Amino acid sequence: MKRGWIIGGAAVIVAVFAWLLFGGLQKNVVFFLTPKELLAKGTDGVGVPVRLGGQVKPGSVKWNAQTLDLRFIVTDGAREVPVHSTGAPPQMFRDGMGVVVEGRFGTAGVFEATGLMVKHSNEYRPPKPGEEAHEKYKTLIQQSSQ
Amino acid sequence: MKPEGQLNSSSDRLRDPSAARPPRTSIWLAFVSIGAVIVAQTYAILTSPAEGDMGHLQKIMYVHVPAAWMTFLSFFVVFAFSVRYLWQRRENDDLLAASAAEVGATFNGLTLMLGMIWGRPAWGVWWVWDARLTSTLVLFLIFVGYLALRAFTDDTQQKARWSAAVGAIGALNVPIVYMSVKWWRTLHQPPSSPATLDPRYTMGLRLNAIALLLVMIYFIRKRYEIARLERATEHMAEAAAMGGK
Repeated sequence: MKRGWIIGGAAVIVAVFAWLLFGGLQKNVVFFLTPKELLAKGTDGVGVPVRLGGQVKPGSVKWNAQTLDLRFIVTDGAREVPVHSTGAPPQMFRDGMGVVVEGRFGTAGVFEATGLMVKHSNEYRPPKPGEEAHEKYKTLIQQSSQ
Repeated sequence: MKPEGQLNSSSDRLRDPSAARPPRTSIWLAFVSIGAVIVAQTYAILTSPAEGDMGHLQKIMYVHVPAAWMTFLSFFVVFAFSVRYLWQRRENDDLLAASAAEVGATFNGLTLMLGMIWGRPAWGVWWVWDARLTSTLVLFLIFVGYLALRAFTDDTQQKARWSAAVGAIGALNVPIVYMSVKWWRTLHQPPSSPATLDPRYTMGLRLNAIALLLVMIYFIRKRYEIARLERATEHMAEAAAMGGK
């Protein structure tokens, strides 16, 4: 009888896990949308709190040290979304880095970020000979403290 | 004349030296495992160059990652001995599962703490509710709950049955934590492999994994030894209280 309960309970739990994995949660446990997915939402994606993730398009970073105004473009290779943020970014923020921004996509087509996170890849390598470690954050901090 | 009755079985067991005497964990295992941690950490810190993106922050990896692996391993031990307890009802299996749960929860807490300390400078945030971090926290809470359940249950058989059920089911979360970064889109990156890791980092990581494995084995053994002693004391006190008139 007791054993029956345990087996029954275990079966229920396995079923719940299976449902979590292959059913409902699969689509909802998405920490961020890609630019393509956000733009595909059309007006549904505008003005609502959302996270957007992708790569900082190389060469797109514009940083104003006086006003702490940061503008850059997030790309997923297919589509691009311009992002506006204020305040010093995380120290690992740089051209070509993975980022996740929190905020709202405005009607003007610019994503107004209230939070900026760096998403690191699973690759860890020292800089190649002759290459310098990416210490852009240091120049950013120096610029903003001047 | 010996007093007769149902207590005989437990007092006989106490007289049997092999059952009464818990295993002794050699003090050498303590020295070897702590020594291995010192050697592995020193090696890793001295040999690994600054990482391209995060500089010396990368060195947190040498504890964070092995601690996560030992969390998984400890809870696998909990799972195995909880299931065997439910099947065969051997008291020692319960004590071993509980010892592994305590050690696993410690490694789990360490993983979370170091992850937060790493996340703040690397990601810019201490914490996010993505699938990896959330499932790791849930795993921690399950085993904190497991330990609380044991602390608040007096009847040893009831304690063993309930905690075996919680331990076996709770450990099912381990593969979910591991796979979370592959199944779902998270801020936490997927696992690194020798292909994504510079060889100068790989050796340090492996050495530290071995060192923490030794620490884990020592902790579980030592905790199990203490649990056996505690249980033997309880049995003796019980026998004395009931047989001592």
